[in-house]
Amino acid sequence: MNLQDNIQVALRALAANKLRSALTMLGIIIGVASVVALIALGNGATAAITAQIEGIGTNLVTVFPGRFDKGGPQGRLQTVLFYDDYLAIANVSGVRSMTPIFQSLTTFNYEAETSAVQLEAALPSYEIVRNAELDRGRFFNASDNAGRSRVVVIGYKLSTDLFGAIDPMGRSLKIDGVMFEVIGVLKKKGGGGFGGGGDDGAIIPLETAYTRLFGGKAVSQGRRVVSSVSFAAATADEVEPLIVRLERIMRRQHGLSLTDKMDFTVFSQNAFLDAFTIITATLSAFLGAIAGISLLVGGIGIMNIMLVSVTERTKEIGLRKAVGARPRTILIQFLIETVVLCMVGGLVGVGLGWGVAAGVRALDLVKAEVTPGSVALAFSFAAFVGLFFGIYPASRAARLSPIEALRFE
Amino acid sequence: MITTTEYAPAAAVPVTTAHTNGSHGASSVPARVVMRIEDVRKNYQMGETVVRALDGVSMSVRSGELLSIMGPSGSGKSTLMAIIGCLDSPTTGRYWLDGDYVENMNENQLAAMRGRKLGFVFQQFNLLSRTPALENVMLPLTYAGVRGKEKKDRAMHALELVGLADRSHHRPNELSGGQQQRVAIARALVNDPAILLADEPTGALDSRTGKEIMELFLNLHQTRGLTLCLVTHDPKVGALTPRVVRLVDGLIVEDGA
Ligand SMILES: Nc1ncnc2c1ncn2[C@@H]1O[C@H](COP(=O)(O)OP(=O)(O)O)[C@@H](O)[C@H]1O
Ligand SMILES: [Mg+2]
Repeated sequence: MNLQDNIQVALRALAANKLRSALTMLGIIIGVASVVALIALGNGATAAITAQIEGIGTNLVTVFPGRFDKGGPQGRLQTVLFYDDYLAIANVSGVRSMTPIFQSLTTFNYEAETSAVQLEAALPSYEIVRNAELDRGRFFNASDNAGRSRVVVIGYKLSTDLFGAIDPMGRSLKIDGVMFEVIGVLKKKGGGGFGGGGDDGAIIPLETAYTRLFGGKAVSQGRRVVSSVSFAAATADEVEPLIVRLERIMRRQHGLSLTDKMDFTVFSQNAFLDAFTIITATLSAFLGAIAGISLLVGGIGIMNIMLVSVTERTKEIGLRKAVGARPRTILIQFLIETVVLCMVGGLVGVGLGWGVAAGVRALDLVKAEVTPGSVALAFSFAAFVGLFFGIYPASRAARLSPIEALRFE
Repeated sequence: MITTTEYAPAAAVPVTTAHTNGSHGASSVPARVVMRIEDVRKNYQMGETVVRALDGVSMSVRSGELLSIMGPSGSGKSTLMAIIGCLDSPTTGRYWLDGDYVENMNENQLAAMRGRKLGFVFQQFNLLSRTPALENVMLPLTYAGVRGKEKKDRAMHALELVGLADRSHHRPNELSGGQQQRVAIARALVNDPAILLADEPTGALDSRTGKEIMELFLNLHQTRGLTLCLVTHDPKVGALTPRVVRLVDGLIVEDGA
């Protein structure tokens, strides 16, 4: 008997027991599909969050007022940053570009449409600092800022929310009742957006904001206020030294000694990423656990079918031996049966998992991506379960004498 | 599967039995011995006690012979048949089958014996369920390495011999008990065995169907010279065979016509 005969015997045995074959395969399909889909979702979510944080800007370092530690603002409470603070740190070294940002919640109106928008006011260098890429039009420039022009660059989603299919370029909208002209639309970033500049945000020139829009809202103790100051460090290696320099200047500016607690926070995007890595790792672990459980449930399904069929199959093995099958031939038959089931079930499972991932992607929920690793993991687990619970009883039965196997209950 | 060198020539078998030719033909030349056992014992350990299912059995069967093995329930008939059929091995004893000394054989050689030299018919048919009759009959040929058209033709021919050619594509659950046993007989015949063993082949059938199966066996013996060894507890069946071996408590108490 050669391999071809063996394959034929195995396939006939599978075809003769279609229901059992289908049920075994179902366990494999469910296990593999859920692992592939869930890991794809986890990876997609992680990639989306990481991309968003990286999209805020490269080598970004930001100075905020107050402390973000557990205890809340500490020390001598100066919970705002003044324009003077910005001026004091504006000339720090190791910086590619920087901008102060004033941020406020505003109301946008275009004809009947209204939107609550987290508006940012900044210098033209915002474009570089925050990696702002334009879908249409242009970013505001130095003369827009100096001339206090009422121009606005809007996020992609805000554009469609307010204007629908209409091209917003050159159109006028009202921000808290003041007319502004749309001069640019940012590229779609996806997701909610952190710290403004997202798809549903908008940016105007800082001088315009102070003089024409916010008035008293942007002034405290008779001095102009900024919400934060963002820096793009010259290189990735410059990020840490820049933080140290900024903290030193800010301490001096706020009259803090080395032992005083800081009343401001210098935060790098890397720290931000680190914080989110913990969140995404938790997310991945959570999805991985669910995937593991599905795999286990699928595995138990395979196991049950295999074990239930053992009695019947032990008799079958006894009969096959009684008519001349060698032990090795029996084992090869079972091996081929299991491999065929696992391969077909695994392929269908991968297809199904991929389909779920594609569906989620098509719905624009998460950019779910199927990884070869998850496919290999799910496949090999299913194959292992199938082999163990299929081959192990078969090999035991193959070692029995035919009469014992035939008598097996 | 087995090379010719693994087979001892038939002449090497010590033929010491005094039995003459069975029912087949009237020739005075004794037929070849196809099966011979000497002092076969089979013990089962049941907790503290040892059950002596076979307690020193010696017998031989010549080619073309028809014999029945009779005895009360538990006398060791099935145990003896399983040992002769290479389905089980004795605790001690010697066994030659068609010129080969069986006791020293490994698993693969035993498999070849079962597949090529022996046909076994069980009381409970033991067909593969959900598998058509023809494929059930082809099974021994598959394991013996017979392929393609030859395999199909030989299986078809065996089904014809048992009168089931028109049921070749039926599954066991679509056949009556008698028909299922016929499929099992075709499967036992398909490899032209040196000896066909049947352990209470009519035990699971009603008396009418059982009679038909017995007629089929007798017919196969007479027309094809089939060497046939039947286990039965039905005296009417025993009366049909020229030789009857009686077992009691694992011992042969009578062997003759
Ligand atoms: N697997 C076994 N384990 C223990 N005892 C057995 C086994 N098979 C048979 N026996 C015992 O061996 C004796 C002979 O059994 P068996 O050959 O089946 O008798 P028969 O076929 O003549 O009715 C009985 O006493 C039976 O209980
Ligand atoms: Mg019995």
